[in-house]
Amino acid sequence: MAEKVVLLDFWASMFGMRGRVALAEKGIKYEYREEDLKNKSDLLLRMNPVHKKIPVLIHNGKPICESLIIVQYIDEVWNDKSPLLPSDPYKRAQARFWADFVDKKVYDTGRKLWSTKGEEHETAKKELLEIFKTLEEELGEKPYFGGETFGFMDVAFVTFYSWFYAFETFGEFSMEAEHPKIIAWAKRCMQKESVAKTLPDQQKVYEFALGLRKRFLGE
Amino acid sequence: MAEVKLFRAWSSPFPLRIVWALEVKGIEYDMIYEDLSNKSSMLLQYNPVYKKVPVLLHKGKPISESLVILEYIEETWKSKTPSLLPGDPYQRAMARFWAKFGDDKILPLIWEAFIKQGKDQEEALIAAHENLKYLEVELRGKKFLGGETVGFADLTFGWLANLVSVFEEIAGVTLIDHEKFPLLLTWMKNFMDAPKIRETWPPRDKLINHFRALRETLIAKEPK
Repeated sequence: MAEKVVLLDFWASMFGMRGRVALAEKGIKYEYREEDLKNKSDLLLRMNPVHKKIPVLIHNGKPICESLIIVQYIDEVWNDKSPLLPSDPYKRAQARFWADFVDKKVYDTGRKLWSTKGEEHETAKKELLEIFKTLEEELGEKPYFGGETFGFMDVAFVTFYSWFYAFETFGEFSMEAEHPKIIAWAKRCMQKESVAKTLPDQQKVYEFALGLRKRFLGE
Repeated sequence: MAEVKLFRAWSSPFPLRIVWALEVKGIEYDMIYEDLSNKSSMLLQYNPVYKKVPVLLHKGKPISESLVILEYIEETWKSKTPSLLPGDPYQRAMARFWAKFGDDKILPLIWEAFIKQGKDQEEALIAAHENLKYLEVELRGKKFLGGETVGFADLTFGWLANLVSVFEEIAGVTLIDHEKFPLLLTWMKNFMDAPKIRETWPPRDKLINHFRALRETLIAKEPK
Protein backbone atom coordinates (compact mmCIF):
# COMPACT_ATOMS: atom_id res chain seq x y z
CA MET A 1 0.00 0.00 0.00
CA ALA A 2 1.37 3.42 -0.89
CA GLU A 3 2.01 5.57 2.16
CA LYS A 4 -0.37 8.50 2.42
CA VAL A 5 0.90 11.29 4.63
CA VAL A 6 -1.03 14.50 5.27
CA LEU A 7 -0.05 17.35 7.55
CA LEU A 8 -2.72 19.76 8.84
CA ASP A 9 -0.81 22.87 9.76
CA PHE A 10 -0.62 26.66 9.85
CA TRP A 11 2.26 28.40 8.07
CA ALA A 12 3.44 30.50 11.05
CA SER A 13 3.18 27.78 13.70
CA MET A 14 6.56 26.92 15.17
CA PHE A 15 4.92 23.67 16.33
CA GLY A 16 3.72 22.74 12.85
CA MET A 17 7.15 23.60 11.46
CA ARG A 18 8.68 20.87 13.62
CA GLY A 19 6.67 18.25 11.73
CA ARG A 20 7.65 19.81 8.39
CA VAL A 21 11.36 19.78 9.27
CA ALA A 22 11.19 16.16 10.43
CA LEU A 23 9.36 15.04 7.26
CA ALA A 24 11.91 16.91 5.12
CA GLU A 25 14.84 15.38 7.02
CA LYS A 26 13.47 11.93 6.24
CA GLY A 27 12.64 12.81 2.63
CA ILE A 28 8.98 11.89 3.04
CA LYS A 29 6.47 13.05 0.44
CA TYR A 30 3.32 14.43 2.02
CA GLU A 31 0.32 16.62 1.38
CA TYR A 32 0.44 19.93 3.24
CA ARG A 33 -2.95 21.39 4.15
CA GLU A 34 -3.10 24.95 5.42
CA GLU A 35 -5.75 25.49 8.10
CA ASP A 36 -7.59 28.74 8.67
CA LEU A 37 -7.43 28.86 12.45
CA LYS A 38 -10.49 31.11 12.62
CA ASN A 39 -12.47 28.60 10.56
CA LYS A 40 -11.13 25.15 11.29
CA SER A 41 -11.89 22.39 8.78
CA ASP A 42 -14.16 19.44 9.56
CA LEU A 43 -11.15 17.22 8.94
CA LEU A 44 -9.12 18.95 11.66
CA LEU A 45 -11.99 18.79 14.14
CA ARG A 46 -12.48 15.10 13.36
CA MET A 47 -8.78 14.24 13.50
CA ASN A 48 -8.07 16.19 16.70
CA PRO A 49 -11.37 16.36 18.60
CA VAL A 50 -9.65 16.65 21.99
CA HIS A 51 -7.59 19.79 21.32
CA LYS A 52 -8.87 20.95 17.91
CA LYS A 53 -5.35 22.23 17.15
CA ILE A 54 -2.70 21.95 14.50
CA PRO A 55 -0.38 20.30 13.74
CA VAL A 56 -2.00 16.93 13.02
CA LEU A 57 -0.14 14.28 11.04
CA ILE A 58 -2.46 11.85 9.26
CA HIS A 59 -0.66 8.66 8.24
CA ASN A 60 -2.73 6.24 6.18
CA GLY A 61 -5.87 7.79 7.66
CA LYS A 62 -4.76 7.67 11.31
CA PRO A 63 -4.15 10.95 13.16
CA ILE A 64 -1.20 11.77 15.39
CA CYS A 65 -1.40 15.01 17.41
CA GLU A 66 1.02 17.14 19.47
CA SER A 67 4.16 18.27 17.63
CA LEU A 68 6.84 16.47 19.65
CA ILE A 69 4.79 13.26 19.58
CA ILE A 70 4.51 13.69 15.80
CA VAL A 71 8.29 14.14 15.46
CA GLN A 72 8.96 11.00 17.54
CA TYR A 73 6.42 9.07 15.48
CA ILE A 74 8.10 10.16 12.23
CA ASP A 75 11.48 9.17 13.68
CA GLU A 76 10.20 5.71 14.69
CA VAL A 77 8.30 4.88 11.51
CA TRP A 78 10.89 6.16 9.01
CA ASN A 79 13.84 4.85 10.95
CA ASP A 80 15.98 4.00 7.94
CA LYS A 81 17.52 7.45 7.55
CA SER A 82 18.46 10.64 9.40
CA PRO A 83 17.74 9.51 12.97
CA LEU A 84 16.52 12.44 15.04
CA LEU A 85 16.78 10.83 18.48
CA PRO A 86 20.18 9.32 19.36
CA SER A 87 20.42 5.63 20.18
CA ASP A 88 21.79 5.98 23.73
CA PRO A 89 18.93 6.08 26.31
CA TYR A 90 20.60 8.76 28.44
CA LYS A 91 21.17 11.04 25.44
CA ARG A 92 17.57 10.40 24.36
CA ALA A 93 16.39 11.44 27.83
CA GLN A 94 18.42 14.66 27.57
CA ALA A 95 16.95 15.42 24.13
CA ARG A 96 13.40 14.83 25.42
CA PHE A 97 14.03 16.89 28.55
CA TRP A 98 15.24 19.93 26.62
CA ALA A 99 12.56 19.70 23.93
CA ASP A 100 10.00 19.59 26.75
CA PHE A 101 11.73 22.63 28.33
CA VAL A 102 11.24 24.56 25.08
CA ASP A 103 7.56 23.51 25.10
CA LYS A 104 7.02 24.55 28.70
CA LYS A 105 8.85 27.85 28.55
CA VAL A 106 9.54 29.53 25.23
CA TYR A 107 6.08 29.86 23.68
CA ASP A 108 4.07 30.93 26.74
CA THR A 109 6.63 33.52 27.79
CA GLY A 110 7.39 34.67 24.23
CA ARG A 111 3.76 35.33 23.37
CA LYS A 112 3.48 37.75 26.28
CA LEU A 113 5.80 40.03 24.33
CA TRP A 114 3.02 40.80 21.87
CA SER A 115 -0.03 40.14 24.03
CA THR A 116 0.84 42.27 27.08
CA LYS A 117 2.21 45.68 27.95
CA GLY A 118 3.64 47.58 30.90
CA GLU A 119 4.98 45.63 33.85
CA GLU A 120 3.74 42.25 32.58
CA HIS A 121 5.61 42.88 29.33
CA GLU A 122 8.83 43.80 31.14
CA THR A 123 8.65 40.69 33.32
CA ALA A 124 8.04 38.50 30.27
CA LYS A 125 11.07 39.99 28.51
CA LYS A 126 13.33 39.30 31.50
CA GLU A 127 11.98 35.75 31.78
CA LEU A 128 12.46 35.05 28.08
CA LEU A 129 16.05 36.23 28.17
CA GLU A 130 16.67 33.95 31.18
CA ILE A 131 15.15 31.05 29.25
CA PHE A 132 17.41 31.73 26.26
CA LYS A 133 20.38 31.98 28.64
CA THR A 134 19.59 28.52 30.04
CA LEU A 135 19.32 27.13 26.51
CA GLU A 136 22.58 28.78 25.48
CA GLU A 137 24.34 27.24 28.49
CA GLU A 138 22.97 23.82 27.55
CA LEU A 139 24.21 24.26 23.99
CA GLY A 140 27.68 25.24 25.19
CA GLU A 141 30.34 24.72 22.54
CA LYS A 142 28.48 21.95 20.76
CA PRO A 143 27.53 22.49 17.11
CA TYR A 144 24.03 21.18 17.82
CA PHE A 145 22.06 20.54 21.01
CA GLY A 146 22.35 16.82 20.36
CA GLY A 147 26.11 17.03 19.82
CA GLU A 148 27.77 16.54 16.47
CA THR A 149 24.59 15.99 14.47
CA PHE A 150 21.29 17.80 14.05
CA GLY A 151 18.63 16.03 16.09
CA PHE A 152 15.39 16.04 18.05
CA MET A 153 16.11 18.98 20.34
CA ASP A 154 17.39 21.05 17.41
CA VAL A 155 14.13 20.35 15.55
CA ALA A 156 12.15 21.31 18.66
CA PHE A 157 13.82 24.69 19.08
CA VAL A 158 15.03 25.86 15.65
CA THR A 159 11.48 26.52 14.44
CA PHE A 160 11.31 29.37 16.98
CA TYR A 161 14.13 31.05 15.00
CA SER A 162 11.47 32.22 12.54
CA TRP A 163 9.91 34.15 15.44
CA PHE A 164 13.15 35.74 16.72
CA TYR A 165 12.67 38.98 14.80
CA ALA A 166 9.16 39.26 16.30
CA PHE A 167 10.53 38.56 19.82
CA GLU A 168 13.34 41.08 19.33
CA THR A 169 11.13 43.82 17.98
CA PHE A 170 8.36 43.49 20.58
CA GLY A 171 10.87 42.87 23.34
CA GLU A 172 13.31 45.56 22.24
CA PHE A 173 16.43 43.45 22.45
CA SER A 174 18.90 41.88 20.05
CA MET A 175 19.33 38.10 20.10
CA GLU A 176 22.73 38.49 18.44
CA ALA A 177 23.87 40.79 21.25
CA GLU A 178 22.29 38.83 24.12
CA HIS A 179 22.71 35.25 22.90
CA PRO A 180 25.19 35.03 20.03
CA LYS A 181 25.69 31.26 20.43
CA ILE A 182 22.00 30.65 19.80
CA ILE A 183 22.14 32.77 16.65
CA ALA A 184 25.26 30.92 15.45
CA TRP A 185 23.52 27.59 16.14
CA ALA A 186 20.34 28.70 14.33
CA LYS A 187 22.32 29.84 11.29
CA ARG A 188 24.14 26.50 11.29
CA CYS A 189 20.76 24.72 11.27
CA MET A 190 19.57 27.00 8.45
CA GLN A 191 22.37 25.53 6.30
CA LYS A 192 20.27 22.38 6.23
CA GLU A 193 17.76 22.28 3.40
CA SER A 194 15.07 20.78 5.64
CA VAL A 195 15.23 23.82 7.93
CA ALA A 196 15.84 26.52 5.32
CA LYS A 197 12.95 25.38 3.14
CA THR A 198 10.56 25.07 6.09
CA LEU A 199 11.06 28.21 8.15
CA PRO A 200 9.09 31.18 6.89
CA ASP A 201 10.63 34.62 6.49
CA GLN A 202 11.01 36.37 9.88
CA GLN A 203 9.55 39.62 8.54
CA LYS A 204 6.38 37.81 7.41
CA VAL A 205 6.08 36.20 10.86
CA TYR A 206 6.55 39.60 12.51
CA GLU A 207 3.74 41.09 10.43
CA PHE A 208 1.50 38.18 11.42
CA ALA A 209 2.41 38.76 15.09
CA LEU A 210 1.54 42.45 14.67
CA GLY A 211 -1.93 41.30 13.70
CA LEU A 212 -2.10 39.16 16.85
CA ARG A 213 -0.99 42.12 18.94
CA LYS A 214 -3.76 44.28 17.52
CA ARG A 215 -6.28 41.61 18.49
CA PHE A 216 -4.93 41.23 22.03
CA LEU A 217 -4.29 44.87 22.84
CA GLY A 218 -6.84 46.44 20.53
CA GLU A 219 -4.23 48.81 19.14
CA MET B 1 23.69 -0.13 47.30
CA ALA B 2 21.51 0.00 44.19
CA GLU B 3 22.80 1.73 41.07
CA VAL B 4 19.41 3.43 40.77
CA LYS B 5 18.29 6.14 43.15
CA LEU B 6 15.01 8.01 43.13
CA PHE B 7 14.59 11.43 44.69
CA ARG B 8 10.99 11.84 45.81
CA ALA B 9 8.71 13.62 48.25
CA TRP B 10 6.28 11.41 50.16
CA SER B 11 3.13 13.26 49.12
CA SER B 12 3.92 14.12 45.51
CA PRO B 13 2.16 12.06 42.81
CA PHE B 14 4.85 12.64 40.17
CA PRO B 15 7.66 10.62 41.77
CA LEU B 16 5.07 7.94 42.59
CA ARG B 17 4.85 7.27 38.83
CA ILE B 18 8.51 6.36 38.87
CA VAL B 19 8.10 4.15 41.96
CA TRP B 20 5.37 2.28 40.08
CA ALA B 21 7.49 1.84 36.96
CA LEU B 22 10.46 0.54 38.96
CA GLU B 23 8.29 -1.75 41.12
CA VAL B 24 6.27 -3.13 38.23
CA LYS B 25 9.47 -3.94 36.32
CA GLY B 26 11.24 -5.31 39.38
CA ILE B 27 14.17 -2.88 39.20
CA GLU B 28 16.14 -2.40 42.42
CA TYR B 29 16.44 1.15 43.64
CA ASP B 30 17.11 3.30 46.69
CA MET B 31 14.61 5.96 47.68
CA ILE B 32 15.77 9.37 48.84
CA TYR B 33 13.04 11.45 50.47
CA GLU B 34 13.21 15.20 50.01
CA ASP B 35 11.67 17.82 52.24
CA LEU B 36 10.34 20.18 49.58
CA SER B 37 10.46 23.13 51.96
CA ASN B 38 14.16 22.48 52.48
CA LYS B 39 15.60 20.94 49.33
CA SER B 40 18.90 19.15 49.54
CA SER B 41 21.96 20.49 47.73
CA MET B 42 22.06 17.16 45.88
CA LEU B 43 18.59 17.70 44.42
CA LEU B 44 19.48 21.24 43.36
CA GLN B 45 22.65 19.95 41.76
CA TYR B 46 20.88 17.13 39.90
CA ASN B 47 17.89 19.20 38.75
CA PRO B 48 19.12 22.77 38.49
CA VAL B 49 16.54 23.72 35.84
CA TYR B 50 13.36 22.93 37.81
CA LYS B 51 14.69 22.01 41.29
CA LYS B 52 11.89 19.45 41.59
CA VAL B 53 11.22 15.80 42.27
CA PRO B 54 11.30 13.25 40.79
CA VAL B 55 14.92 12.86 39.79
CA LEU B 56 16.20 9.44 38.81
CA LEU B 57 19.89 8.90 39.32
CA HIS B 58 21.30 6.02 37.30
CA LYS B 59 25.01 5.24 37.64
CA GLY B 60 25.46 8.79 38.89
CA LYS B 61 23.67 10.48 35.95
CA PRO B 62 20.45 12.40 36.68
CA ILE B 63 17.24 12.38 34.66
CA SER B 64 14.36 14.76 35.47
CA GLU B 65 10.71 15.17 34.42
CA SER B 66 8.52 12.16 35.15
CA LEU B 67 7.49 11.33 31.57
CA VAL B 68 11.11 11.61 30.38
CA ILE B 69 12.16 9.30 33.24
CA LEU B 70 9.46 6.72 32.35
CA GLU B 71 10.71 6.57 28.74
CA TYR B 72 14.29 6.25 30.00
CA ILE B 73 13.35 3.32 32.27
CA GLU B 74 11.52 1.62 29.41
CA GLU B 75 14.50 2.02 27.05
CA THR B 76 17.25 1.17 29.50
CA TRP B 77 15.72 -1.97 31.04
CA LYS B 78 14.39 -3.36 27.77
CA SER B 79 14.28 -6.95 28.95
CA LYS B 80 12.28 -6.19 32.09
CA THR B 81 8.61 -6.89 31.55
CA PRO B 82 5.96 -5.72 31.44
CA SER B 83 6.64 -3.16 28.72
CA LEU B 84 5.20 0.21 29.54
CA LEU B 85 4.89 1.21 25.89
CA PRO B 86 3.63 -0.95 23.01
CA GLY B 87 5.89 -1.87 20.10
CA ASP B 88 3.76 -0.33 17.35
CA PRO B 89 4.71 3.34 16.66
CA TYR B 90 1.07 4.44 16.31
CA GLN B 91 0.06 2.86 19.62
CA ARG B 92 3.12 4.45 21.23
CA ALA B 93 2.09 7.86 19.89
CA MET B 94 -1.40 7.33 21.33
CA ALA B 95 -0.01 6.36 24.77
CA ARG B 96 2.17 9.49 24.75
CA PHE B 97 -0.80 11.59 23.63
CA TRP B 98 -3.01 10.44 26.50
CA ALA B 99 -0.21 10.89 29.03
CA LYS B 100 0.37 14.47 27.87
CA PHE B 101 -3.39 15.13 27.83
CA GLY B 102 -3.57 13.99 31.44
CA ASP B 103 -0.82 16.33 32.58
CA ASP B 104 -1.82 19.30 30.41
CA LYS B 105 -5.58 19.17 30.98
CA ILE B 106 -6.94 16.77 33.61
CA LEU B 107 -4.43 17.35 36.38
CA PRO B 108 -4.55 21.17 36.39
CA LEU B 109 -8.36 21.23 36.13
CA ILE B 110 -8.96 18.72 38.94
CA TRP B 111 -6.42 20.64 41.03
CA GLU B 112 -8.29 23.91 40.29
CA ALA B 113 -11.60 22.29 41.26
CA PHE B 114 -9.99 21.15 44.51
CA ILE B 115 -8.39 24.42 45.60
CA LYS B 116 -11.01 26.90 44.43
CA GLN B 117 -14.43 27.68 45.76
CA GLY B 118 -17.77 28.94 44.49
CA LYS B 119 -18.02 29.91 40.85
CA ASP B 120 -14.31 29.27 40.13
CA GLN B 121 -14.70 25.74 41.43
CA GLU B 122 -17.86 25.17 39.37
CA GLU B 123 -16.16 26.34 36.18
CA ALA B 124 -13.08 24.21 36.80
CA LEU B 125 -15.28 21.18 37.43
CA ILE B 126 -17.25 21.73 34.21
CA ALA B 127 -14.02 22.00 32.23
CA ALA B 128 -12.59 18.91 34.00
CA HIS B 129 -15.69 16.89 33.11
CA GLU B 130 -15.57 18.06 29.48
CA ASN B 131 -12.07 16.66 29.23
CA LEU B 132 -12.66 13.52 31.30
CA LYS B 133 -15.31 12.51 28.77
CA TYR B 134 -12.50 11.74 26.30
CA LEU B 135 -10.82 9.48 28.83
CA GLU B 136 -14.12 7.69 29.52
CA VAL B 137 -14.48 6.93 25.81
CA GLU B 138 -10.87 5.78 25.52
CA LEU B 139 -11.43 3.25 28.33
CA ARG B 140 -14.17 1.40 26.43
CA GLY B 141 -13.32 -2.29 26.16
CA LYS B 142 -10.09 -1.91 28.13
CA LYS B 143 -9.09 -2.84 31.64
CA PHE B 144 -6.18 -0.41 31.53
CA LEU B 145 -5.19 2.23 28.97
CA GLY B 146 -2.22 0.00 28.21
CA GLY B 147 -4.51 -3.03 27.64
CA GLU B 148 -4.39 -5.99 30.03
CA THR B 149 -1.56 -4.56 32.09
CA VAL B 150 -0.70 -1.12 33.38
CA GLY B 151 1.13 1.03 30.81
CA PHE B 152 2.66 4.45 30.27
CA ALA B 153 -0.64 6.35 30.16
CA ASP B 154 -2.03 4.47 33.20
CA LEU B 155 1.01 5.44 35.27
CA THR B 156 0.50 9.07 34.25
CA PHE B 157 -3.17 9.04 35.32
CA GLY B 158 -2.52 6.87 38.38
CA TRP B 159 -2.76 9.82 40.78
CA LEU B 160 -6.53 9.89 40.08
CA ALA B 161 -6.96 6.49 41.74
CA ASN B 162 -5.68 7.79 45.03
CA LEU B 163 -5.93 11.56 45.25
CA VAL B 164 -9.44 12.15 43.88
CA SER B 165 -11.09 10.58 46.93
CA VAL B 166 -8.71 12.52 49.20
CA PHE B 167 -9.61 15.79 47.45
CA GLU B 168 -13.33 14.94 47.53
CA GLU B 169 -13.25 14.30 51.26
CA ILE B 170 -11.39 17.54 52.00
CA ALA B 171 -13.32 19.85 49.67
CA GLY B 172 -16.69 18.19 50.30
CA VAL B 173 -17.45 17.98 46.58
CA THR B 174 -17.81 15.10 44.13
CA LEU B 175 -15.15 15.47 41.47
CA ILE B 176 -15.82 12.27 39.51
CA ASP B 177 -19.31 10.80 39.79
CA HIS B 178 -20.55 7.26 39.10
CA GLU B 179 -23.22 8.21 36.59
CA LYS B 180 -21.05 10.22 34.24
CA PHE B 181 -17.81 8.25 34.54
CA PRO B 182 -18.48 4.57 35.32
CA LEU B 183 -15.52 3.28 33.27
CA LEU B 184 -13.13 5.80 34.79
CA LEU B 185 -14.18 4.84 38.31
CA THR B 186 -13.71 1.16 37.47
CA TRP B 187 -10.27 1.95 36.05
CA MET B 188 -9.41 3.89 39.22
CA LYS B 189 -10.37 0.90 41.36
CA ASN B 190 -8.38 -1.53 39.19
CA PHE B 191 -5.34 0.71 39.33
CA MET B 192 -5.67 1.20 43.10
CA ASP B 193 -5.57 -2.58 43.57
CA ALA B 194 -3.08 -3.49 40.86
CA PRO B 195 -0.20 -5.75 41.92
CA LYS B 196 2.94 -3.89 43.01
CA ILE B 197 0.99 -0.63 42.95
CA ARG B 198 -1.31 -1.24 45.90
CA GLU B 199 1.66 -1.38 48.30
CA THR B 200 2.93 2.06 47.32
CA TRP B 201 0.11 4.39 48.36
CA PRO B 202 1.12 6.91 51.02
CA PRO B 203 -0.98 6.71 54.22
CA ARG B 204 -4.42 8.21 53.57
CA ASP B 205 -4.73 10.14 56.82
CA LYS B 206 -1.34 11.79 56.24
CA LEU B 207 -2.41 12.75 52.70
CA ILE B 208 -5.65 14.24 53.98
CA ASN B 209 -3.83 16.35 56.58
CA HIS B 210 -1.21 17.45 54.08
CA PHE B 211 -3.60 18.47 51.30
CA ARG B 212 -6.10 20.01 53.67
CA ALA B 213 -3.37 22.29 55.06
CA LEU B 214 -2.18 23.10 51.53
CA ARG B 215 -5.73 23.94 50.41
CA GLU B 216 -6.30 26.21 53.42
CA THR B 217 -3.05 28.07 52.72
CA LEU B 218 -3.97 28.56 49.06
CA ILE B 219 -7.52 29.70 49.86
CA ALA B 220 -6.18 32.19 52.40
CA LYS B 221 -3.93 33.67 49.71
CA GLU B 222 -6.80 34.24 47.27
CA PRO B 223 -7.67 37.91 46.69
CA LYS B 224 -11.10 38.64 48.26
